[in-house]
Amino acid sequence: MALPQAKLDATEARLAVATRPSGAAWAGAARDGALARLRAQGLPHRRDEYWKFTNPDTLVQPEAPEAAAFDETDAPIFDAVERLKIVFVDGIFDADASDDLALEGVKLERLSDAAQSDIHWAKELYGVLEERGQDPVARPLAALNTALADDGVLIHVTGKASKPINLIYHHQSPRSDAMLHHVVKLDPGAEVTLLENGPAAARFNTVMEVEVADGAAFHHVRAQGRDHERRTATHLFARLGEESTFKTFTLTANGMLTRNECVVEMKGDNAAAHIAGACVGDGDFHHDDTVFVTHDAVNCESRQVFKKVLRNGARGVFQGKILVKPDAQKTDGYQISQSLLLDGDSEFDAKPELEIYADDVACSHGSTSGAIDEEGLFYLRARGVPKHIATDLLTLAFLAEAVDEIEDEVLRAELVNLLEGWLERRRG
Amino acid sequence: MLEIKNLHVDLEDEEKTILKGVDLSVEAGKVHAIMGPNGSGKSTLSYVLAGRDGYEVTEGSATLDGVDILDMDPEERAAAGLFLAFQYPVEIPGVGNMTFMRTAVNAQRKAKGLDEMSATDFLKLVREKAATLKMDNEMLKRPVNVGFSGGEKKRNEILQMAVLEPKMCILDETDSGLDVDAMKLVAEGVNALRNEGRGFLVITHYQRLLDHIKPDVVHIMSEGRIVKTGGPELALQVEREGYEDIKAEVA
Repeated sequence: MALPQAKLDATEARLAVATRPSGAAWAGAARDGALARLRAQGLPHRRDEYWKFTNPDTLVQPEAPEAAAFDETDAPIFDAVERLKIVFVDGIFDADASDDLALEGVKLERLSDAAQSDIHWAKELYGVLEERGQDPVARPLAALNTALADDGVLIHVTGKASKPINLIYHHQSPRSDAMLHHVVKLDPGAEVTLLENGPAAARFNTVMEVEVADGAAFHHVRAQGRDHERRTATHLFARLGEESTFKTFTLTANGMLTRNECVVEMKGDNAAAHIAGACVGDGDFHHDDTVFVTHDAVNCESRQVFKKVLRNGARGVFQGKILVKPDAQKTDGYQISQSLLLDGDSEFDAKPELEIYADDVACSHGSTSGAIDEEGLFYLRARGVPKHIATDLLTLAFLAEAVDEIEDEVLRAELVNLLEGWLERRRG
Repeated sequence: MLEIKNLHVDLEDEEKTILKGVDLSVEAGKVHAIMGPNGSGKSTLSYVLAGRDGYEVTEGSATLDGVDILDMDPEERAAAGLFLAFQYPVEIPGVGNMTFMRTAVNAQRKAKGLDEMSATDFLKLVREKAATLKMDNEMLKRPVNVGFSGGEKKRNEILQMAVLEPKMCILDETDSGLDVDAMKLVAEGVNALRNEGRGFLVITHYQRLLDHIKPDVVHIMSEGRIVKTGGPELALQVEREGYEDIKAEVA
């Protein structure tokens, strides 16, 4: 079907300001393929069904809208964690601020280097998982990223990584427009924890493709905070092998526009995927979690746990789907999305979907939005706890189910601290 | 200690008057009981004193040690020494019982200009009080009242009372939902807190709790007023004759 002219124009206008990265034949082919996909789909438009609750205009327009960079005087996050740091400033690799790309049990490379090699393992994954994730729902911003991103990190995990890898993003220029494309390949039985934090750029489009082989475990903890005016679209594509584990958690604070897409394909039996997120936002905060989990193997477990605290006109979106293919018997699928609306001006839109073709499955989903529990509030106050502290306690309690999805206690404590700080700064 | 004078209270949402001139005075060191049929206004009185939303005081006053409490926020009343043991203790998923109690103790200490209690001292205090109420560590670690039986919830109320050491304790139908053993345990917890400086107001429908917590004064409440006041024998009369006869007697 031909695309509407407006869509075609918007897509070409965006591509007109882009530079196509150089690279070896495999990288070129992957980028050409992505470009073709993008031209067939067209960039998202606010009338697209999949973008019904989130206006993609600022993500699509040729130039990044201006976003003030926050003076970074806060205590940096994950400092309590012994980790390998890889730093990007406005989407550009910062070698001086980064550790050496060397870690026991892991091979690390920059995409811009790897793309020059004629033969590379990334050929099997770069743009491949992204392309698989385009069906049945188009994700044009991900295709755009595969076509245009010229840097990112390629992580090949061959054993148990000796410490977590931390991708740290800094935003300095008010009009920076960054694209990063990361690929993570876990060999059978391998394990790694990947941390991500920072506001990255005025506009940030990122794709991460993760191949989790049989028996491997991928843990991902991400903190998106600070610079409120930023626009962000993230895409996480994962393919899971037998008895593998994939766990991702994202904490988001502030942000005029964040769209976090996560697309998981469960291809091996007995695998587990946990996708969770907690966000807190004020005013013109807009946060969208869009998740698609496909069960295509027997006896897999998936969980989607999303909690949002919204106030003062903030808006939250959840679009979550569990697709169970005909042979995916014994599927255990769980999905919950809840919002806590701290005042009457905020809004939460949820679109939970189950599509099930197997007959022996247990799937459940729930979505609620509500105000702070007045009974609980009074109970706490009647014991002498001042109203603002009681409200914070109940707010953290509301977020707990999502935050508890983080297995590692130290990481969990770091994020709870972050949340407490955010709530404290906003006490009325 | 607690002085209630001519207290009139309406429900905010409905044009309905619940309390129609309550007069009551609880002295330090005494246990007063309020008995009365359902709908007489007993629980409303306890909620109004604790500062719950939804009620409008149209007339009268309530003071604690001479200080007007009706204009205070609930947390200020608590810091002033008022404690309400809830008829229906609230479940708070996601907030650990210990965190809850420690936050409460330290908030009250702060309101009084005292330093926070150390984690070790607090743990010691709670463990000691919990032991007398036969509450194990598991109950202290769980989220507030979540998954607690009726008896466990009431014991948790008394534990909070023991830890916070208020000067004026209001117990709203603390016996409801309790079997005999649980009631004894709760009553022992309350009796352990009785001393010369502390006042108690025990609200109950039945006389049986008063077998275990012996009151000094018993009031009968009916249709938003105290209609009769007497000694412990009044509770026995209620048990024998029911509320209807007493209402008829004072009418």
